[in-house]
Amino acid sequence: MLKLDSVSKVYRVGAFGGGAMKAVSDVSFEVGEGEVVSLIGESGSGKSTLGRMILRLASVSSGTITLDGRDITSIKDRKEYYRQVQGVFQDPFSCYNPVFRADRVFAMIKEQYFPRVGADEWRKRVEGALESVRLDPGNVLGKYPHQLSGGQLQRMLIARAVLLDIRLLVADEIISMLDASTRIDVLNLLADLRARGLAILFVTHDLSLGNYVSDRTVVLRHGKIVEMGRTDLVFGSPAHPYTRSLLASVPRLHAKWTDVVPEDMAEDMAEDMAEDVPCAYHAAPQERRTRPGLAQVEGDVEDDHFVACSGCTGPGIEEKKIKEKA
Amino acid sequence: MALNVTDLRVYYRTLRGEVKALDGVTFSVADGEIMGLAGESGSGKSTLAKSLIRLDGRMRHVGGTVELDGTAMPLSDDDAMDEFRFRKVSLIPQYSMSALNPTRKIGRMVGELLEARGERLERAELERRLELVGLSKDVLDRYPIELSGGMKQRVVMVVSTLLNPSLLIADEVTSALDVSSQKAVATTLLGFRDRGLVTSMMVVTHDISLVYQIADTIMVMYAGRLAEKAPAGVLVTAPKHPYTRQLISALPEVGVRYEDRRLAGIPGNPPSLLKPPGGCRFRDRCPLAFDQCAEQPPFAEVAPGHFVACWKAE
Repeated sequence: MLKLDSVSKVYRVGAFGGGAMKAVSDVSFEVGEGEVVSLIGESGSGKSTLGRMILRLASVSSGTITLDGRDITSIKDRKEYYRQVQGVFQDPFSCYNPVFRADRVFAMIKEQYFPRVGADEWRKRVEGALESVRLDPGNVLGKYPHQLSGGQLQRMLIARAVLLDIRLLVADEIISMLDASTRIDVLNLLADLRARGLAILFVTHDLSLGNYVSDRTVVLRHGKIVEMGRTDLVFGSPAHPYTRSLLASVPRLHAKWTDVVPEDMAEDMAEDMAEDVPCAYHAAPQERRTRPGLAQVEGDVEDDHFVACSGCTGPGIEEKKIKEKA
Repeated sequence: MALNVTDLRVYYRTLRGEVKALDGVTFSVADGEIMGLAGESGSGKSTLAKSLIRLDGRMRHVGGTVELDGTAMPLSDDDAMDEFRFRKVSLIPQYSMSALNPTRKIGRMVGELLEARGERLERAELERRLELVGLSKDVLDRYPIELSGGMKQRVVMVVSTLLNPSLLIADEVTSALDVSSQKAVATTLLGFRDRGLVTSMMVVTHDISLVYQIADTIMVMYAGRLAEKAPAGVLVTAPKHPYTRQLISALPEVGVRYEDRRLAGIPGNPPSLLKPPGGCRFRDRCPLAFDQCAEQPPFAEVAPGHFVACWKAE
């Protein structure tokens, strides 16, 4: 349904825009109908920029983003696009105007998209949308933002998106400001929406959340895809050393960091192979700059599991490296 | 015992009345103990942390005592508390990234801070401490704006521990960081204790799995009161308070395949602390609630070092 094809984003930086910073480079992936794809990366990985480009809040420097085969930048009528694709962001508190009641977000949708719908009919639709995000309409309608909790505000924003019969929801870090006890409710809500056929791009830095909700996972680093594929494959048998070191850093409840086999090996390997493995992870940034001819080596390790690094995917190579170290 | 807190009550003054953010907490932290303090927003964990350092204008010390290394701390006397601050008890604030003076180079700022306390620190010792948090001595000649968020965080960690405090409070220090920096900061905290720069520590966080990595004990707060305190391993594997149990079972983890399995959240919301209900405050959301819960359960020791405030815990 949504397809990204070698999408890049270059920001102009510096006093007169003389410098260029590549926030996203050459990213291609797809989001299918009714599929939850999580986009995982640390700060500066370009995950939010990608979300913003899909929402047309940022322009695409090169490459194309298509929805059902249509280039999204060619859709002149933004309203038509936003009827199908909506975003929800990290901070629910700053999305509401504190002067107005929180349900004004619904009224604005009505004004913009459904001016002809009667008041009674609209009220029914709003209540239906609120119920689908598991909110009691009586509890939230007519209240001001400060009277509602972060989880309620966030769910109202999702309900607002649902009112539009959207097909793709871009959820950018929507969980991170919520408390542990309400987090899981919002996550389960995303799963409910998926069951109703909604596709979701779940942008997060939290691997455990991505692991919980998504069908497929895309791991980004410095604007490039380092690994992607079915969630169970990426998390179950991570092939890229970056994914592995990320996974090893995630605090777990039943295993301490000290119990997990240290991933230093991967780091050492990274240094060892910087010479001959020209991938985004292994080659030092300076080196890439001085040797512009270097191309990224990438390939599939198994079905639906892509890794942007050939040097460390095969088990044979790892064994060899360990032997050499010994 | 390094820290002994007895029936501490700290309320916030608001226009609508007093918010009972910390309503009778009693616990102690032993010498050398790293205690994780977990809870949701509004549970009182940050209020507890702040109370031990400085009450701001809206906070009022209503009752209870705090004893640090055998000396009672005069919580409500701002001037008298100055003797304790940074020497005895120190804080790494939540937004350390914006805690540095932007007009001073780091080295000069540290010098001025020490001077203000009438202390001196050998340059070599300062450099050794920077090294401990993974910073080179060059940062002393830089302005805060030249450092990244993670570096500023680590500078503040060094500044907070300059006078080797007995108790260090780390308030949500890892929340704004990426997973790999989280790990680095958390292990640095551990290093502070292991190298004797601080005696004991309170790590305030909403992330139980992170604090489990470094803490010896974990204390869980709910709606201004203590729910449970236990050795970290026990709290995570065999929690006794229904709130802790639900909280832990609601955490998704990596390395687990969920397929279509769903985790359950905790229905309902915490009570308002303006007029909190009597009895157990978790009662309304608790699956085990029964008549006796109308009475406040004591924070009782059910096993050595394992305290629970629940009638159903045995």
